Amino acid sequence: MEIMSNNFVIETHNLTKAYGKFVAVDSLNLQLPEGEVFGLLGPNGAGKTTTILMLMGFSEPTSGTVSVIGYNPAREPIKVKKVVGYMPEKIGFYDDLTARENLQYTGRLNGLTGSLLSDRIDGLLEVVGLKDKADQVVGKFSHGMKQRLGIADVMIKDPRVAIFDEPTSGIDPEGTDQILNLIKAMAKQKVTVLISSHQLHQIQKVCTQVGIFSKGRMLASGPVDKLGREMLREGQFNIIMPIAQLAEKVSEEIMKIPGVISVECIGDSTVVKAEDNLEKELEQVMLRCTGLKIQMKVEEFELEEVYMKYFRES
Amino acid sequence: MTGLKEILWKELSDCFNSKRFVVLFLLIYIAGIATVYIASQNIRTSVDESTKYIFLNLFTTSGSSNPFSFPLFMSIFIPIIGIALGFDAVNSERTSGNLSRLLAQPVYRDAVINGKFLAGVIMMALMIFSMVILVSGLGLRMIGVPPQAEEILRLFTFIVISILYGAFWMSLAILFSVLFRKTSTSALTSIAIWMFLFLFGSLIAALIAGAVTHINTQTASVNDIMQFDSLFRMLSRVSPGTLYSESIQAILLPSMGTSSPTMMVIGIYSGLTPTPLPLIQSLLIVWPQIVALVALTAVCFAIAYIKFMREEIRAS
Repeated sequence: MEIMSNNFVIETHNLTKAYGKFVAVDSLNLQLPEGEVFGLLGPNGAGKTTTILMLMGFSEPTSGTVSVIGYNPAREPIKVKKVVGYMPEKIGFYDDLTARENLQYTGRLNGLTGSLLSDRIDGLLEVVGLKDKADQVVGKFSHGMKQRLGIADVMIKDPRVAIFDEPTSGIDPEGTDQILNLIKAMAKQKVTVLISSHQLHQIQKVCTQVGIFSKGRMLASGPVDKLGREMLREGQFNIIMPIAQLAEKVSEEIMKIPGVISVECIGDSTVVKAEDNLEKELEQVMLRCTGLKIQMKVEEFELEEVYMKYFRES
Repeated sequence: MTGLKEILWKELSDCFNSKRFVVLFLLIYIAGIATVYIASQNIRTSVDESTKYIFLNLFTTSGSSNPFSFPLFMSIFIPIIGIALGFDAVNSERTSGNLSRLLAQPVYRDAVINGKFLAGVIMMALMIFSMVILVSGLGLRMIGVPPQAEEILRLFTFIVISILYGAFWMSLAILFSVLFRKTSTSALTSIAIWMFLFLFGSLIAALIAGAVTHINTQTASVNDIMQFDSLFRMLSRVSPGTLYSESIQAILLPSMGTSSPTMMVIGIYSGLTPTPLPLIQSLLIVWPQIVALVALTAVCFAIAYIKFMREEIRAS
């Protein structure tokens, strides 16, 4: 059934969408392997939602190609939508129906019936914490509750890919946490997730990869740490050891490791700059020289820092 | 058609649960009872021994002192039902944020619009059919004359034409619900068009026909009048309401040998007594009107369909 030549779940090639003269998405090349949690970052109006609309077949690309699980979503929408869940930015439910009835409708549209459907609904309502609200009309739900119901709505089809457009916008911190945990749990079940957001902290918590979007173009993509190193440290690794003062002999030994650029004491810790992740080699040298097993860590980056740097440069 | 059945069921259950339709059902039943009441007051004067189809008179008798008549009521009420069923079909789904969610499910996009249209047609069929049954039942009890097979067929044809007429207004309203983002805009536009055609349609048609034929009421010959009349009717057929009232008059009044009241009067004055036509002949008279109604419905629906299929679905 699957005619994927590679293992990219979502793949776009020079994807472009123009509204008149305004180019919303400009030659986007995106490749998303199975099981990744990808965060699409960018300011409002950067083209994140438009990209998602094209992935769902809701909007026709001006040029370029889109492939979701190997199909063109505009040409074979049913095959795509059977396994792709989508939560729009402003999710809405039928206000006069209960949470359960809303999910039942979605389930039926996905061909689920009978006890299979009702069991799945019960399970999902429990997972998203709406079990005791199952038979209340959705019109009385708060924004956060609707958003959680939205996640149940996405999960009811047991998707392989889930796309969330701004899932946490306008939600209090506790609600945001709940939603992010639900998304994390989905990712654990090998669901490929695409999240668009401009809330960087939250993205960093769940995403394995991010793409930074601005004015319709993808400026950079990859794991946050890799982007941080490239952007802020010219591709170098900073390995940090909690040692305030290093004997000269030890520091010379460290310099002998191929790839190490410098050893510096900054504050009460020592920072080793290297061209590669030399954590293991460094550990061995320290063990040999001092007889101690030193706890060390590779410098991590705040997504916010990386993000702002990109925007300052562009 | 993936998803059509589920959407159709959902729409129908929505209709039955909504207050809007309870009110419409009540109104149409009250009108049905009023029809029977008026008929009970006046049927004796409009029927004599030579009347062939007594039962149909239940539906066509109008009061001598008040202008209420069943065909007139239907030609006003059906557009209201049609517009009420269609004006928020697509844009309410869109503004409530349900459309994106709905179309993210494995359903074809046209299943949404087809399901809504079909559900509307079914609701209208239920309303009109049950009203005709109500009038027939009460009337049968009152006059004690059972309908003949011909009359039953004519009533059935009447129901079908009424549904077609309602389907036109519904497809127009659905078209506006695709074109406009706000439900209030689509409702008001549909109602404005209906009011315009209903109130000013024949006025404007008469104005144009008068101007073109230079008719003078003092000196006009029969020929002039006929010329004016045919042009006037031609122009007023722009309004679907005219098409509908012409068709149901020919169907419910079997002795109408022509769809023009003026021609009828001329015919009567020139000594032709109208004899009831068989149904097939009545149908032949109004066949163009029926085809025009179907065509108008198809055009509106097709535009709505194409617009909706090509549209970008953005949660707004």
